[in-house]
Amino acid sequence: MAGGTRGPVPVPLQAQDRNLTQEVLDLLDTKSPLQTSDDFSAISQRDIKAALDRLASRSMVEFVTNDAEEAVLTKEAETIVADGSHEFRVWAAVKDAGKIPIKELAKVVGAESAKVGQGNAFKHKWIKKDGDSLVLVANEVKDTTRELLQEVQETKSLSDAKALTDLKKRKLVTLTKVITYTVTKGPKYAKEMPVEVTDLTSDMLVGDAWKTTNFKPYNFNALGASQDAGALHPLNKVRQEFRNIFFNQGFVEMPTGHFVDSGFWNFDALFVPQQHPARDMQDTFFISDPPKADKPRADPETEAQLNAMEAGSKRLFASSETIETKPRDYEKYWKDVQAVHQEGAFGSIGYRYPWSEDECLRLVLRTHTTAVSTWVLHRLAENPRPARYFSIDRVFRNESVDATHLAEFHQVEGVIADFGLTLGGLMKFLEDFFAKMGLENLRFKPAYNPYTEPSMEIFGYHKGLKRWLEIGNSGMFRPEMLEPMGLPKDLRVYGFGLSLERPTMMKYGVDNIRELLGHKSDLRWIREQPAVRLEKD
Amino acid sequence: MPTISVDKAALLKALEKEYTTEEFDELCFEFGLELDEDTSQSTKPEDLAQPAQLKIEIPANRYDMLCYEGIAMNLRVFLQKEKLPKWTLTAPASGELETLTIKEETMQIRPLCSGVIFRNIKFTKERYDSFIALQDKLHQNLARQRTLVSIGTHDLDTIKGPFTYEALPPEQIEFIPLNQTQTMNGKQLMEFYEKDRNLGKYLSIIRDSPVYPVIFDSNRTVLSLPPIINSNHSKITLDTKNVLIEITALDKTKLEIVNHVLVAMFGGYAESIEPLRVISPHNNESRDTPDLSPREMQAEVDYINQVTGLALSPAEISSLLERMGHTVTGSNTDSNLLDVSVPISRADVLHQADIMEDVAIAYGFNKLPRVYPNKTAAVAAPLPINKLADIVRVESAAAGWTEVMPLILCSHEENFEWLNRKDNGGTAVRLANPKTAEYQIVRTSLLPGLLKTINSNRHQPVPIKVFEVSDVGFIDLTKERKSRNERHFAAAIMGKTSGFEQVHGLLDRIMLMLRSAFITREDGLKNEQLEGYWIEEVDDDTFLKGHSAAIKVNIGGKHHTIGVFGILHPSVLKCFDLGYPISTVEINLEVFL
Repeated sequence: MAGGTRGPVPVPLQAQDRNLTQEVLDLLDTKSPLQTSDDFSAISQRDIKAALDRLASRSMVEFVTNDAEEAVLTKEAETIVADGSHEFRVWAAVKDAGKIPIKELAKVVGAESAKVGQGNAFKHKWIKKDGDSLVLVANEVKDTTRELLQEVQETKSLSDAKALTDLKKRKLVTLTKVITYTVTKGPKYAKEMPVEVTDLTSDMLVGDAWKTTNFKPYNFNALGASQDAGALHPLNKVRQEFRNIFFNQGFVEMPTGHFVDSGFWNFDALFVPQQHPARDMQDTFFISDPPKADKPRADPETEAQLNAMEAGSKRLFASSETIETKPRDYEKYWKDVQAVHQEGAFGSIGYRYPWSEDECLRLVLRTHTTAVSTWVLHRLAENPRPARYFSIDRVFRNESVDATHLAEFHQVEGVIADFGLTLGGLMKFLEDFFAKMGLENLRFKPAYNPYTEPSMEIFGYHKGLKRWLEIGNSGMFRPEMLEPMGLPKDLRVYGFGLSLERPTMMKYGVDNIRELLGHKSDLRWIREQPAVRLEKD
Repeated sequence: MPTISVDKAALLKALEKEYTTEEFDELCFEFGLELDEDTSQSTKPEDLAQPAQLKIEIPANRYDMLCYEGIAMNLRVFLQKEKLPKWTLTAPASGELETLTIKEETMQIRPLCSGVIFRNIKFTKERYDSFIALQDKLHQNLARQRTLVSIGTHDLDTIKGPFTYEALPPEQIEFIPLNQTQTMNGKQLMEFYEKDRNLGKYLSIIRDSPVYPVIFDSNRTVLSLPPIINSNHSKITLDTKNVLIEITALDKTKLEIVNHVLVAMFGGYAESIEPLRVISPHNNESRDTPDLSPREMQAEVDYINQVTGLALSPAEISSLLERMGHTVTGSNTDSNLLDVSVPISRADVLHQADIMEDVAIAYGFNKLPRVYPNKTAAVAAPLPINKLADIVRVESAAAGWTEVMPLILCSHEENFEWLNRKDNGGTAVRLANPKTAEYQIVRTSLLPGLLKTINSNRHQPVPIKVFEVSDVGFIDLTKERKSRNERHFAAAIMGKTSGFEQVHGLLDRIMLMLRSAFITREDGLKNEQLEGYWIEEVDDDTFLKGHSAAIKVNIGGKHHTIGVFGILHPSVLKCFDLGYPISTVEINLEVFL
């Protein structure tokens, strides 16, 4: 019998070394139907079921399951069946002795019977008190309890339901559920398990053996083999979806490769005043080493990288017109930023406070990627033109960590510069952007943000939660931010942003951000999260 | 954003409409406020115990809405129930203004002061509580915890001008502080309030100064010791008729904003608003305060219409602006230019962009035409380092490794000591003010995060195979920001055996995907032109001796050492509390750009 085994699996040892499967087949040959409760009463229900399943999956037997309740005697009840009820034992003792002092009773019948039996024997008027002793009243008695219990023992049930309840209450009988099976021959019944093979092998292909081979049926109720698969992190899967949306809309990715930024790029250039609460020790990570940034200056490396990235659009939009680029003047930018804060400039009255160079050159862990957008927009001033940029990268806040806050998270940010942009245009763009994530019906709430005016909080209606959720922030960058860069007045710039974690938590039903980002994520969880299709899920 | 609690019944009465919660929420939304909670819908016992409150979130720059009076007034104006009041100053019948003389010594500690007098003000319990609460909100927000500005209020009938604002050594200032019974000097007062839950946090603003700011009346009665506390003598009560407000500051702009907000919110309860004459010749700050004339600004009709996408006439813009509290006084010079009077309450208006936004809010953000112009095509481009990183990520996952995303910030010892690495200084970016010791530096290696992640997953069956592609940071004094990021790839395997050949195999696989061929060390050193990578044994304390190798590449004739892999030293495993052997690989991806 090369390549095969008799029966599906080696017969389990737990079944007392018996080949149950074969026994069932043997018995069915002479007796059909058979009752497992009678014919295999010593076998556990689990073992007999396993054997029947094996046979039924091959259509060799058929079986019906019978649920029944069985009354079983407790230990106490078993002694009653053997020796009589407590009251009977008391009566019998008194009958034997003629007269027993009450004090002595326990010695004769035992403490338990003395306690319970005495009272009952009084009640039945079998005995009575005579001074300090017990004497007989009835000469003949009928021990009903014992008779009832004997019936239970023999039939595993009791015809008198009321009496059964009573016995249960007296803790003499318990009811247990019993499952038994009525087994009949199936359409493919045979006296022996046919020889089966578990799998198709190359050997069988050689000699056409596969044609006659009896394959073991496949268990379709179990999972297949574990794949030992690697996996991408769910947060990065959502990030990839966002990147695809941006790429489809023609956005260029911004160079966010520095966690550390100066107060200048992170705050001052964005027209965030130096006393703004966001610049508090409470909210922002300041850097102690290295101590201080340089004033803003050219960064040829990053410059070259962006030039290479934008070479494609330069080629595509090339015209015979020569475009004049005006080189950036960093010193003027610095002075203009100072002026717009301190004295007011570019049509703004400014914040009118003594502006500090030291505060501006303090190093921070960037609190938003808008610091990078600022750098990119300043670069745009060399050749002001319609442009779209985005980034998705890590930002830092000096927060107390809880289920919805971490000191680090990812910011998704988009920037669109063009001439003559309107506020309604931003709403339209965002409607389209969020529709790609399955969020329709946006509403916009006026809000405050130091570097955008107008500023709008974006609300989307969540169908699952049945309420409006804030899903992002947006606005048009303030003239006080754009004009010091040297951008022309009529070039307007949209900015919008959201965290990557929040939509990811919504999509994957995560309540605690620490399970998503950071070293406390469960690896099995990471592996088992499905692919993201923002427009569908 | 500050949240202000206001009495629901009173506010709805002021708005002359029984708004449902949903309707009021909608009104807030359109105006740029956020209804946090309507306690009439709460079931909490503490909410049921008091009249229903509306908890309203106010934008951080709207100091004119930090109390019931401001919210009611601005919403009434928005709903066209009234026009924003015009606040004016009235000199006393005698014609003699109260004066406050600032002494030059105050330059050492808190140089600026202004004030105002409310004559015949009518306080009720609600108004009084709101008056106190507003000062508190202003102290917290605009005044940055009283450092920049602080307010003192006094019952003018208990004191007698002229007043002086001086700076004296603490021992020379003696008075009974508000709600106390003992006289104390400035020094004793510092000790007395050291542990005070409310005032303790403000002491440091002046404690170490040789002189403390103090305001006296003509009888040398102390009015206040700004920015800490007023005197008990001049305290205001529900029965106070005439209130003197003095405001001291470091920042002149914020000083005037605070004065304006107090006048705009509470001047309406007084019979008249009387100026305080400030005499401060040494710094040219002598003037009558406050100046209640509105700020004149100009806004372009074209600009407003372009950004909102509307075609409004100047008259339409004027009526929209009126609902936001502005007055358009016409346009004499140019029909495109509107002269806008910005009320004293609107310190947030800095530029015509703010006026344009007010037009958009009054019109309704959500009614603006939503049209996106189809003018410009754009060409997308990924950041090269991100594209490279994605290749490595996808290949690592395909090879059966699981991506993890630990934090960038870590402790110094996880990054150095626990890995048997020495900090020679000048490598890792250090944080100045972290809230927890968990965050001390920007990581310089991906290994601590990988090992901590494995530690958190110790209960899972081995082998555990994880990787990360992300940035580490280094100090780099040649850069403007004195630091730079570097994109790294790292992987770790924990199992019953070391897994050394597993990380080696993963490295080979990644290099194959990056078109870097395996060459032997001998060939690599012999032939400058031969591009590819090789590995050579290296001594590294992070790893078990004899079981670590440096990874070298030759790209375009240049040799780089891009990383190292090996079996972690058992002492490293002990530090990270890991019970099985681990092998790791970490390389710098930047050279493959």
